[in-house]
Amino acid sequence: MSELSDLYQEVVLDHGKRPRNYGPLDGATHHAEGLNPLCGDHLTVFARVEDGVVREARFAGDGCAISKASASVMTGLVKGRTQAEVDALYERFHALVTEGPVAAGDPESLGKLAVFGGVHDYPARVKCASLAWHTLRAALRGEGAPVSTE
Amino acid sequence: MTTQVPRAGETPQLPAAGSSTPGVALAGARFPGGPTLPDFDPMSLSRVVAQLANELFAAPIPAAGAPSPADGSALAAAPSGPSAPSAPLPPSSPASPAPTSANVPVASGVGDVDPRSPFDAPLDFSAITAPSDPFAGQGFDPALSLPLSLLDPRAPSPELPLPAPQGPPASPAVPTFDAFEISPTSDPSIRSLGNAPFDANVLKREFPILNEPVRGKRLVWLDNAATTQKPQTVIDRLSHFYEHENSNIHRAAHTLAARATDAYESARESVRRFLNAPSTREIVFVRGTTEGINLIAQSWGRRNVGPGDEIVISWLEHHANIVPWQMLCSEKGARLRVAPVDDRGQVILEEYEKLLGPKTKLVSFTQVSNALGTVNPLAEVIGMAKAHGVPVLVDGAQGAPHLGFDAPASGADFYAFSGHKLYGPTGIGVLWAKREHLEAMPPWQGGGDMIRSVGFDKTTFAPPPAKFEAGTPAIAQAIGLGAAVAWLQEIGVGAAIAHEREIVAYAEAALREVPGLRFVGTPRERSGAISFLLGDVHPHDVATIVDRHGVAVRAGHHCAQPVMKRYGIAATVRASFGVYSTREDVDALVGALLAAQEVFA
Ligand SMILES: Cc1ncc(COP(=O)(O)O)c(C=O)c1O
Repeated sequence: MSELSDLYQEVVLDHGKRPRNYGPLDGATHHAEGLNPLCGDHLTVFARVEDGVVREARFAGDGCAISKASASVMTGLVKGRTQAEVDALYERFHALVTEGPVAAGDPESLGKLAVFGGVHDYPARVKCASLAWHTLRAALRGEGAPVSTE
Repeated sequence: MTTQVPRAGETPQLPAAGSSTPGVALAGARFPGGPTLPDFDPMSLSRVVAQLANELFAAPIPAAGAPSPADGSALAAAPSGPSAPSAPLPPSSPASPAPTSANVPVASGVGDVDPRSPFDAPLDFSAITAPSDPFAGQGFDPALSLPLSLLDPRAPSPELPLPAPQGPPASPAVPTFDAFEISPTSDPSIRSLGNAPFDANVLKREFPILNEPVRGKRLVWLDNAATTQKPQTVIDRLSHFYEHENSNIHRAAHTLAARATDAYESARESVRRFLNAPSTREIVFVRGTTEGINLIAQSWGRRNVGPGDEIVISWLEHHANIVPWQMLCSEKGARLRVAPVDDRGQVILEEYEKLLGPKTKLVSFTQVSNALGTVNPLAEVIGMAKAHGVPVLVDGAQGAPHLGFDAPASGADFYAFSGHKLYGPTGIGVLWAKREHLEAMPPWQGGGDMIRSVGFDKTTFAPPPAKFEAGTPAIAQAIGLGAAVAWLQEIGVGAAIAHEREIVAYAEAALREVPGLRFVGTPRERSGAISFLLGDVHPHDVATIVDRHGVAVRAGHHCAQPVMKRYGIAATVRASFGVYSTREDVDALVGALLAAQEVFA
């Protein structure tokens, strides 16, 4: 059985408390809203994309420590990546939070995402961790309707 | 030919607010004017014959040409936003005693009621003879759209009030009683557990799941408002049914059918006794509170609510007591009015009274708020409605398990509760309604078991409750619910109330000592649930952490988003209690909360 500290790692707690890239983004070319109707978490993710590359990403909204930390880490990680690279990173993140570190592959290249390695042991929290990612991907695809985890 | 018959249990997908394609899913759901019954199925002939046999019992049927409900085409009358809570809010009076009539007395006596099964009872009531188109006007209008302005109250979201100092904490050891006196030791309905009085720790042993470690920890179940655990006696009753009695009911000559029917009907009698209802004719089995409320909205509501009419609910309601009325109002061009609550989470009675008037067709209030634990002053609420001649529905989902309900004494017209929140199975619940209402109401679902005779030119319906129980019901679950209410009565509803009050008072006092904890809702009269926030730790994080300490609480909006909005928050942590909750459970919660604070320190 995993320890609570696997879920609430120092980095997660820190990002949850002091989220990076927080607040609206001037000159955003893409944005989308994400909603977790079950717990009321509500995020907006903004991105500025130039030449197919995410130059800047920020988020705003309210949520639990896991969803805020995930948004905070994600907005930092996606800078400088193409949409295809973002999608590939998401696939690994998804494997990490649903199946665990082994499924996610090479820990080195996971980088900071590795701090979410404890989430898979908490099925009720997978949606919290994924909300920001779903929202970002919807924003990059230019989808207008809010994303919902349900 | 196939006629599209919408299954009434199927709630149409609600269009999102602002959706540009309202009601798409509903298009085509309206009944055509032609034949209104599904294709004839020769296999059902035997059922029809069996039902015809019931006519032997029947009194002469007055051809009550049921009036067609008002045309529902006048739509789009947007319900007004709920009235703003009056500001300044009435001063809370910390030391004021709980209103004496806040509780409906719980009667344990059966009284002079007819204990016979409905099939023995004198059939002095009439079946409805269907008009030539029994479903006329009952189709969903494809233009159904839900003005959700209710969910966007124009009222200010006040700051979350800090728990007001409430005078000396009620001494938990001496529970006080309001409208009725129950002495836990002298109530004859209290089961003697050996010689001991009510002892939750002893009671706990009857619940297998509470004696099983979860993740290596003793399970502390504080999510009783969502669902309760089941005692062995209920579990055994379900097994017994499937092992020895399983059959469909009401329609065969064989032995098992008789056993199953007897068991099902005696469950109805157990429920009747629990509610002190005058007749089992008034007890309709439904899937749960949600279905009970929808039944009233679809059957009674469609017949009695028209354009310009108003339905009054409170700001405390569960979505199950909001959305069915929004659907009805939207269909009929009626208006949903919402009685505001004060900062403590109590309905402001003066404001509620102002909403009542000649246009008011129904008041629908919860007995107990699932989100905040507030006990509504039903005697006042019902009294004020009655002064205007308005019928009242009471949502008993949280009230029935924790306070009980004396149906005739309450003055209410309708009452709905769920079996699974009352130590019974899921998939079963009860709608109680006064007989005159049930007799006048049109059926809402058509099918087997609810008819007296079916012909292509004319179908006559069975008397209540069968009229509202189309199709094979949840037989085993109903029987399990019968066992659950009997079990609760054996313990003694009064003793359970006294015990839960003691636990809730203890929990309030203990939680007040947790640094940074803020109550959401501090009602004078509370039952079952306590909602709170822990500093700025998100409720979801709190729930995850306490879960790892073996304590199950709920985090979220508790299907009561308007209440959350009233406090300007998205979610709370809610601890909710039951007959088996103990001080040790509360202590475990407090310990786990302190641990959660440590994680986020
Ligand atoms: C006050 C209230 N009303 C209605 C319901 C709906 O009950 P059910 O889901 O069993 O139909 C609930 C359940 O949470 C409730 O607490």
